[in-house]
Order: sequence, then structure tokens, then C-alpha cells
Amino acid sequence: MIVNFTLNGEPANARVVSPVSLLDVLRDQIGLRGSKSACEQGECGSCSIVLDGDVVCACLVMAGDVEGSEVTTVEGISSGDVLNGVQAAMHEAGAVQCGFCTPGIVVTATDLFAANPHPSTGEIKSALAGNICRCTGYGAIVRALDSLAGRRS
Amino acid sequence: MTTTRSTPHLTVEGGVGDSPLRPDGVPKLRGRFDYASDLVSEGMLWGATTRSPHARARVVSIDVAPALAIGGVHAVLTADDVPGRAVFGLEHPDQPVLAGEEVRFWGEPVAVVAAEDDDTARRAAAAVLVEYERLEPLVDPEEADRRDDVFRRMRIRRGDQETRGPIVVEGHYEVGMQDQAPLGPEAGVAVPDGHGGVDLYATSQFVHVDHEQVVASLGLRPEQVRAHPTGIGGAFGAREDVNLHIHLCLLALHTGRPVKMVYHRSESFAGHVHRHPARMWFRHEADHDGRLLRVEARVIIDGGAYASTTAAVLGNACYFAVGPYRCDSVSVDGVGTRTNNPPCGAMRGFGAVQVCVGYEAQMDKLARALDLDPLEVRRRNALATGDPMPTTGQVITTPLPVVDVIDSLAAMPLPDAGRSGSVPGGSGLTTDPEHVTRGVGYALGIKNLGFSEGFDDSAQARVRLTAEGLVVETAAIEVGQGLATVLAQIARSALGVSKAEVRHVDTSQIDSAGSTSASRQTQVSGGATLEAATSLRERILDTHRGDDLSDEGVMRDGRVVVPMAVLAGESWEETVTFRHPPTTAPDENGQGVVHADFAVAGHRAVVDVDAELGLVSVVKVDTAQDVGKALHPEAVRGQIEGGILQGVGLAIMEELVISDGVIRNPNFTDYLLPTILDAPDVEALLIEQEGSWGPFGAKGVGEPPTISSTSAVLAAIRDATGKDIDRAPVRPQDIAL
Repeated sequence: MIVNFTLNGEPANARVVSPVSLLDVLRDQIGLRGSKSACEQGECGSCSIVLDGDVVCACLVMAGDVEGSEVTTVEGISSGDVLNGVQAAMHEAGAVQCGFCTPGIVVTATDLFAANPHPSTGEIKSALAGNICRCTGYGAIVRALDSLAGRRS
Repeated sequence: MTTTRSTPHLTVEGGVGDSPLRPDGVPKLRGRFDYASDLVSEGMLWGATTRSPHARARVVSIDVAPALAIGGVHAVLTADDVPGRAVFGLEHPDQPVLAGEEVRFWGEPVAVVAAEDDDTARRAAAAVLVEYERLEPLVDPEEADRRDDVFRRMRIRRGDQETRGPIVVEGHYEVGMQDQAPLGPEAGVAVPDGHGGVDLYATSQFVHVDHEQVVASLGLRPEQVRAHPTGIGGAFGAREDVNLHIHLCLLALHTGRPVKMVYHRSESFAGHVHRHPARMWFRHEADHDGRLLRVEARVIIDGGAYASTTAAVLGNACYFAVGPYRCDSVSVDGVGTRTNNPPCGAMRGFGAVQVCVGYEAQMDKLARALDLDPLEVRRRNALATGDPMPTTGQVITTPLPVVDVIDSLAAMPLPDAGRSGSVPGGSGLTTDPEHVTRGVGYALGIKNLGFSEGFDDSAQARVRLTAEGLVVETAAIEVGQGLATVLAQIARSALGVSKAEVRHVDTSQIDSAGSTSASRQTQVSGGATLEAATSLRERILDTHRGDDLSDEGVMRDGRVVVPMAVLAGESWEETVTFRHPPTTAPDENGQGVVHADFAVAGHRAVVDVDAELGLVSVVKVDTAQDVGKALHPEAVRGQIEGGILQGVGLAIMEELVISDGVIRNPNFTDYLLPTILDAPDVEALLIEQEGSWGPFGAKGVGEPPTISSTSAVLAAIRDATGKDIDRAPVRPQDIAL
């Protein structure tokens, strides 16, 4: 079947012939490899995307279910070479190491700040509780987002 | 003519001591950075692996026909298809590329397939019919020790073995099997070059050693294989050993097509080595002031089915079994066993982590026996520059600020008792705050930097001056730690030119940089970069009779005499192979100048414990760390915070559960990794002292945060509960029952 949806603001479609995750379609069929595959079971958040306004793990979404949906991936988070506020804050704070978790964290945190421009540290941590980072110990990520929320760290 | 030259521009923008932005930050933040799992090649096939479901079995027969019958399958290869050396191994080749006669661990590769897409390849791998005759697996390391099924035995004897002390503390300790769990899975693409050779782009910490092993097993000439550094999502030791590298090259050459492979997480757990689980016994004897008179230890680490780096990990466990403390009568016996458990090898801390759990528990027991403050008993025994190592007798010649670490920890303020952190049990809301007890614990750790025991530890780097600025070429792997950033900083500072970038080149273009492990790259590849850049500067200034170099070009008496545009057209380059001070193999008593350098760190953990439910929340971990010189303070902090959280993980949640040789939790649902809600606040104090041989006095900083943070958390849990916690990770039943 052909599934039509909106991807990063543009019309997109995918040919879905077997039970396949949206993540696999994004990465292998459409060629948007910013969303990462690390656990295949929704535990690590490396494939976080926004689906119809909610942050979800693309590995847990069946591609056949996104007909008519709006999907935003890390590639659609900022335009051109300009970093959005979350990306710039993370860059400045040294919140990127290996970077494999980074796209998922950018997507999740961008969604948080869109809804709540001044989240508390606790709100930041709750929002990112499903995004595992193995390198940073999360310190620089919290400092980056605290500073974006207007707090000195 | 004599010219007076200024010293290199330590103040150049983006130089050492500054914290410039990492060059790969923007593409990583935008999802545009290519990791090995993101690579594609025109016309590529997908590879998959058939793995043993048994920890030990005889392979009776393999029938590949059902797999080959699936449409879109191009190749199914078994042990018979390996044209060269049938085995591989980082230090001792003993692991079959594909198991032919016997499988020796759960998940061992038996066949590999290539097919048109990932799905088909995986279906084909599952369709390979392997008939096994199950054999009794050897899974108890102590039984392996009795049977002398071992990779290495270590014996250290130093000083008068008859020395005894009046205060005696003793204990048995255990450390579970931790996984590095890098987020990026094992992945790669092999591309045939059309002339019988192959280009490999795969997850690695050490491309030259991959190259060596691919060449051997494919029976090719070295120049026919090029191993390329590629983007990888973390490593922590998991990527030193070959896993899919030879398989990919075999499939690519067999099919004549590029082949890509990406491990799923469950395969990743089977496909890379883990931290060695350990069982340990210690006996410490001291005088009435708490000064150590005698330390005895026995250490068993289980290497699992194949050698990997077990011999070196065991060496480390034994060399650091006393910790950063003075003692002149030492006896350590160690063994690294061979079993049918999953193979173990390198993980951040490399043997020093396990023994720290033992010796630091012992130091606390000693403090309690004498009613001394835990930091005071450590201060009275603190090792210092000029002392012999308690185990090897090697005199420490570089700075070793153990006392400074202790004093720094003592001076750091404790968090408020009423701090409302996350309660044990987190959002489960199972914990009654009235029953939460706070505990505070300390631990110190010591480890070698760089390779030891006489290994010829070299790293080559090339520095070129081009129209685009300085270019540092290296085969050293950027695993995320910031190596590309720091090498550029070193080149800038040494040459006085601010525009610099690092290029990761393949094995045909440069000699080995060694492994990105042992906290060594900043020191050794950094050392090569510094020497190459310094020599380049001297040659340029000699040639043009300049007295300084800057972004404008060659300067003399404050004026530009050769503009940078002209200078950059002159093809300046310098290649240097750096070697750290030589080390020796140990003698029969484990004595010798075995290590090139050391680093020490200390941690203070504050925990809240729900003793009824056995739940722990790590509230804060403070640290003081010996860093020599912080070349990129922000990246050092990143290493410290990340390393501490891996230590916290080992303390309270991370363990591969093995029964009958089978990993029972090979996924991120059941192998628990610390989330942002589990992460403690961290205060870090960097102790900078000159005198190490690293560039600008830098020491490696990657491993020390992981060594004693685990032990500090254990000490804090003991403090909170009054229980003899003698294993890591601490499980709820260890506290509540």
C-alpha cells in the first residue's frame, strides 16, 4: 500500500508492503537518517520524532498507520544551516559527544520548549526521561537547556 | 644569523586551555552526521549473521540451501569460506571468524549471508539449518581455575612476605558483568575495489588492528585492504575487537557488491566483549595508626570463551589491587579464566574498576576498625610521586596528587540534607519519604595511562599547512570524546595559527595511531601532533628566517615577511610517530617499570536509600581528578560527568544477567541504563600539575571518572544502611533482605 503523509512540512509517501516501522521507512526508504536506531523497542529515544503533535519513538510506529499524519524529524526542526535555540544551546554547552542520542534529544527538547519556553529543571528532566545518553552523564544537556530556559547553571 | 623566537602562541584562539566548539557538533545536532549505520553505497547488499543459540555445542552439520533458496539472497558463507587465517583476536588470535566445529558462547557467529535488503538477509540467516550436539558448558570461573582453563595467571610478590600487622580486615567482593552499551550499534559497509581488494567503513576504536585482522583472514596483501575511520556512536571499549569487520569484507569480495551490516541491539550484546565480572578476596593488615603493613589479594576475572584482552585486563586488576596507597608487603594472585560465558574484554577502566570495589571497601573497613574518618585513613596511606608502586615497585616519576584529591574532596560542601531530589523508586511513588536514609561514601582510584608491559605504544600524526589552514591527519578514532577538537587545539597552539581541522584518514594513508582506549589518545596522538606541529614551525621559521608565525604568515620583527597565502602554497607538512616512555614486561614476581603514567581520582557519593524496598537514588557525586593539564576544560568535564554516570550504573543497575552461559537481558528494556532522572548532580574539581609527558602536561581523563565512582556509591549505601554491601551492582535484595 502507498501511505501518504506530511514530512517536515512537505508531502511524502511510502510504499509499505510488510509490517515495517516508520523509523525504517524514514531511514531506508526516504533516506532521512537523522533519526537513529539504537534499541528497536522504544527504550532509548534515539528515534524521537513528532507525530501529529506528540513526541514518539518512530521505531514503535507502524508505517502503515501514518496515513494523513504530520511527521517532523530532526531534519525538519531547523531550516538551512541555522540552529534552533535548543541546538545552539546544546552546541555551546558541550552537550554533544558521540551524538547518537542528539537528534532525539533535539526533537524532544524542541517540543518541550515550544509548549513551555521556561521549563523548570525538573520539567526538563521529566521531558527527557525517555532519551538515553551514554556519553555525557546528562550534565551538559541540563546546563544547555537550563540556560535556554533563562537560568544560569 | 641568530633570531630570537617567541614561544608558541598559547593564547591563540581555539588553542589549548580554551574550550572551542566541537567541529562535528552542528552536523550531529542537525541529524546530518554519518554514523557507520547511516552509510550507503551504490548497489549495496545487506548482511546478516546466523548465531549459536547454545553456550557450547558441537556443530554437526550446516545446511545453507534453505537460505540460498530465498529470493534475493546472494551468498551464505560458513567457516569453509574463510580463505585466510580461520581465527582472529586482538592480542591472541583464538576466535573463529565463523565457528566450524564447535560453538563456545551464546551468540557466536556460525554463518553470514548477503541479500538484497535487511529483512531478506535476516530471514535467510534464520533459515540456515545448523545441527548442534549440545555440550555441557563451563560457566563457573572457579571451576575453570581448578581445571587450569585460563588465559593468564598473575603473581605479584613485593617486599617481606612475612610482615604482619595488628589490625586485620578481610572480605570477599564481587562485580557483575557490565556492558558498554554504546548507543550506536555495530555497523559498517565493505566496498570491493574491483581489483580483489576492499575498503571497509565500520565501527572501530582502532582501524589499523582491524586492517591487520581482515588482511590475515581474507588472505590478502596489506595494500589490498583499507580500513577507514567512520562516525561511531560511542565505544567505551566495545569496539576494540573485530566483530562484523571480517564478515563484511568476506561477503563483499564474495558477491562483488558493497555489503552493509547493522547489528540489532540483541546482536550487539552478543557481538561485542563486556566488562569482566570479578570475584575477589582481600586481606589488609595495618598498624594501630591505620598504616598499611600488608595487603593480600586474590582476583578471578572471567574472560569467557575467547582471549580478547583478558590477559591485559587481569594485569591491570592485579597491578592496581592495592589502589593509590603505600604498602611494602604485597601479595596478589590473579587469574583470567576461559569459560563458555560471553567473551569479555575492554571496558572503560579496564580491570582497575573491579579491584577498586574491593580495596576501597577494605579501606573503609580499616577506618571503622580504628574509628578513623574514611578520608583520614586514606590520607595516612596516600601514594605520592617518588614512591614505589605497592605492587610493581615501579617508582612514580610523574605527578600523582593523591593527597590533593583527598583534601579537595574533604573541602567540597555536602548537599543539604533536605534537598528534594528524586526519591528512590522514582516516579513509581513506592517510597515513603519518612523511611529514606541518606548515606555518604568516599572512594579513590588509580589507573595506568597508555599501554603497558613493554607494548610498543606508538601513534602517528601528520600536520600540513594548506590553503584551508592547518590540517592534522590521523587514523585515531573520534568516538565522541572530542579528540578531533583537542588535536586541532594542540596544532593551533604549537604553530600559532588559528585555523585548524582534523581529518580522519584511512590505514593506507598513515601509520597506526593505536587504539582509542586506555585514556591514551590525547597523550599519544596529541603528543605526535604537538611534535609534528612544533617541528613544522621550526622548519618554516628556519627557511624564512622568521621569528614568529601567525595567521598573517611568517613574521620578523613584528612585520609579515611571507604572507600566509604564499606560505600555504609551499607544501609544508611534517609526520611524526610518537612513543611514550618505554615500559617493561613484569618479572616473575610482577615487578618492573610496567606503566608509562598514572592518574588518580576520588569520588564522594551521596545517596538516599529506601532500605525497606532496597531502592537507591544517587543524589550527588563530587569528584577531584588529576588531569595534568586540562586542554579543553569543558570536554574534560564531559568525560568526568559521563564516566561517573557509567560508574553509578555499575553501582546500582547495570548488569548482564547470565545463566548457563546465556545472556538473559540482551536489550535496553531489561539491561538498565541510567536516564537523566537517575543522574546525580556532579561537582568536579580538576587538579592540574605539571610534569607528565603528555602534550602541555596533559594526562588522559577518560577512565578515572569510572573507576572509583562505583565504589563511592557502594560506600554511601553502606553508610546509609549499615549493611556489608560487597557486590556491584547492588540489587534491591542486597539491601532489603
